[in-house]
Order: sequence, then structure tokens, then C-alpha cells
Amino acid sequence: MKMVLKKTPKKRKWETFPGRNKFYCDGRIMMAKQTGVFYLTLVLILVTCGLFFTFDCWFLAEQLTPIIPVIGAVLFLFVIGTLLRTSFSDPGVLPRATPDEAADLERQIDVANGSTGYRPPPRTKEVVINGQTVKLKYCFTCKIFRPPRASHCSLCDNCVERFDHHCPWVGNCVGKRNYRFFYMFILSLSFLTVFIFAFVITHIILNSQRIGFLSALKDSPVVVCFFSVWSIVGLSGFHTYLISSNQTTNEDIKGSWSSKRSKDNYNPYSYGNIFTNCCAALCGPLPPSEQVAAIWASICMHACGHRLSGSFPPTLPIPHRPEGAFSLFLQFSCSVL
Amino acid sequence: MAETHSLQDLRHQAAVAAKVFIQRDYTNGTLCQFQTKFPSELETKIDKQQFEETMRTLNNLYAEAEKLGSQSYVEGCLACLTAYTIFLCIETHYEKVLKKIAKYIQEQNDKVYAPRGLLLTDPLERGLRVIEITIFEDRSLTQ
Repeated sequence: MKMVLKKTPKKRKWETFPGRNKFYCDGRIMMAKQTGVFYLTLVLILVTCGLFFTFDCWFLAEQLTPIIPVIGAVLFLFVIGTLLRTSFSDPGVLPRATPDEAADLERQIDVANGSTGYRPPPRTKEVVINGQTVKLKYCFTCKIFRPPRASHCSLCDNCVERFDHHCPWVGNCVGKRNYRFFYMFILSLSFLTVFIFAFVITHIILNSQRIGFLSALKDSPVVVCFFSVWSIVGLSGFHTYLISSNQTTNEDIKGSWSSKRSKDNYNPYSYGNIFTNCCAALCGPLPPSEQVAAIWASICMHACGHRLSGSFPPTLPIPHRPEGAFSLFLQFSCSVL
Repeated sequence: MAETHSLQDLRHQAAVAAKVFIQRDYTNGTLCQFQTKFPSELETKIDKQQFEETMRTLNNLYAEAEKLGSQSYVEGCLACLTAYTIFLCIETHYEKVLKKIAKYIQEQNDKVYAPRGLLLTDPLERGLRVIEITIFEDRSLTQ
């Protein structure tokens, strides 16, 4: 019996993605639909750093120490790395319900509400988490009950786990999977802007000793990052507070866990101390993406023991063991012939 | 081989009778845990204890994946120092445990669920929201 190993062309998960995201590099990069502001962010950072390295670094390296441009370069690379990581990764998008699952949920809701015909009231489910009652809302777009802390982003048209906010500056939502990258980005950007600002001022002061203040100011490039310093440092401070209290921007804005709502309102997700909250947010385990097929392998590639990203089409449960998949495929091919 | 053959038969010959969805259990927060309550649709198909054993093992595995311990902290710090480029080279602890879970589900399907005309779907394919159990019609297995 002749065995034919056909490479069946399968649609990658991102090709049939129902949300408004854009995908690049065969699904490895996932961004929001509007990315104009992201390119602006990139240009601003590159131009500011470019000007700094071109005009100030030589002078400072000669006059003070050559370590200054080295530190500047390290900071710059870290900022760019974390920015790209934040912008290109899946924020934690929840896949929409399959038709079977949606039908099953509808059935359960109808049974619970006991009504048919007219549109039932908003669907919610209450769950007690660490002593606090949390309402889980039903998402009509995704046809699921949103997990706690998840929210639907209207711009990207997805439900995102641990939704923080949609950031146009990074061109993506900030959620469970990329919050730590976002935080490291704004933190390192704060250091970078303060660093550049401080040394540009130093350059002007040192220069003005030789050629006078006004001349020095004229020769120096305009301090581009002056206003951005305050807003970025402020944002870093705000997110540091959010991390230490284990809240999302969404929860903070709504005042979900504020004591002003009721006397015994508290955050059920907090670990109790700042250190654990920070560690959990920044160094905790990172769940893999369910949407982006980083490397979609056909069954033939599975057989080669290629590293599996864990994303598979919902309709065909493929065994994850390469040997098992290969033998199944052989049997399938045989049965076809 | 004989077991995978029956699983193969299920997928390509048997018709789907019903699907049961095991939802997440959020009482301990956002950690990935599934409800262990035995669904009524499976009463005639499988032992309650067997089912609960499967759910308990899965819950323990997910807890292990999301555990905040020294390993995850070291991994996190190392990743931060390398500007997260290290994720391109190494497999995270979470991914390793997910592979273990996939293997366990496969094993359970082969040994326990397929012979009873059931199929567990890896919850990763559903965004870790539900465990989908497909109930196949009995008649095709007796052919």
C-alpha cells in the first residue's frame, strides 16, 4: 500500500480571526487596526535619541566620561525592545465561543431567566472571589461570559483578559500578556527621557561657560523631551501604584475596589503586600497566546517534533505528541486510499 | 496502536450526539481552575470518580503552571534583563506544563474516554475558558 503524505493546507488561526486586529509576519505580529500613533511614538523616540547621540554625546564623552553614551545606548535599546514587544504581542485576547458553546450558554441562560421571545435582561453571573462578590458580564459579541477582570475593547472588537486599557501610542491593547512589557517600556522610557534631558542641560551649562548661555542654547538642539518627561514619569508613577495594588487602569477609573463605594469593598485579587503584587505582575508566569499561531506546522512538521506553539484549530483536536500525530496521519492517508 | 485506531474511528466515523462544557471555577480568583461538578449528561457514560479524578489532575497541573515560585521569578527577572529576548530561545515553565497537560489529556482520551465514546478537547484550544467533552453516538462503535 502506497502511503502519500499530503501537506494539507490549513488556515492559520489568525487568518480567520474575527476581531479587528492586523497580523504581520505570518501571524507572529499582532497589532490594533489603527497604528498611526505607534509610528509617531517610534519616530519621536528615534529622532530624540538620534539628535542626542549626534549632537551631545561626543561633547559629553570628551568632557565627562564615555560611559554616558554607552548607558544611553543600552537604555535606548531596552526602550525599543520593550516597545516592540508590547506592540507586537497578543495582549491576551479571548477566543470567541464556538457555535456549540454559544448555543449551550444560551440554553443555560434561558433556563435561568425562564423567558423566551422578547430580549432578556442583561446577562450576568455572580461569583464570590476571596469573599468579594464579582459580577461576570455576558459579551454579546464574543458570546461568552467574560472572566473576571476581562473587558471588551471596542476598538479591537475583542475581549481581552485582565484588560488594562487600549494604548494608541503602542498601537495595541494592554492586557494580561503584555502588561509587564508595557510597564517596562514606560519605566525605561522615563529613565531615558530624564537621562537625555539631564545631559542636554549639562551640555548647555558646560557650553555656556565657554561661549555664553544664549549662544549655547542656540547651538543645542531644542529640548524635545521637556514636556514628555513629566507626562511619562507621571504615567510610570501611576502604573507603579496600580501594580503595587494589583489593579488595572480599567478598575481604577471605574473605582471598582474603591472604599468610597462601600465600607467593605476591597480588591480580591491583591496578594496583600506590595512586594508580592509587584512580583506577580512583573515576574509571574506568562501564559502563551491562544490566537497567534507563531509557527503553524502542518501535520508533517508536527511529526518532525517541531516546537508547538499550542494553537490548533478548534474543530480538529490533534494529539500534541509528534509520534501520535504522525501515526494518525498515516492511518488517515491509508484509509483515504 | 489499537487505542489510537479507535480514537481515529471516533473522529471520522462517529456522529456527535452532544457536547458538554465544563466552565471555569473563579472562586479562587483568576487562576485557571475548572469546575469539578459531575455533569448530568455524562452519568450513563462514565464513572463519577474517574471524571473527578481527571478534573482534579488537570486543576493541579494548571495550578503548577501558574505557581508563583522561585522558578517563575528567576525566569521573569532573567527575561526582563534580556529585554524579553530570551523568550525567543527558551521555553517557559508555563509552556512546559501545557505540553504536559496536552500529553495527559491525550492519554486520558486514549485510555478512558475514547472507549466510552467520549472525547476531551484541550481547553487551550478554547482560550482556557471551557473543557469541551464531545459525546459520540454509540451505534458506530458496535459496527
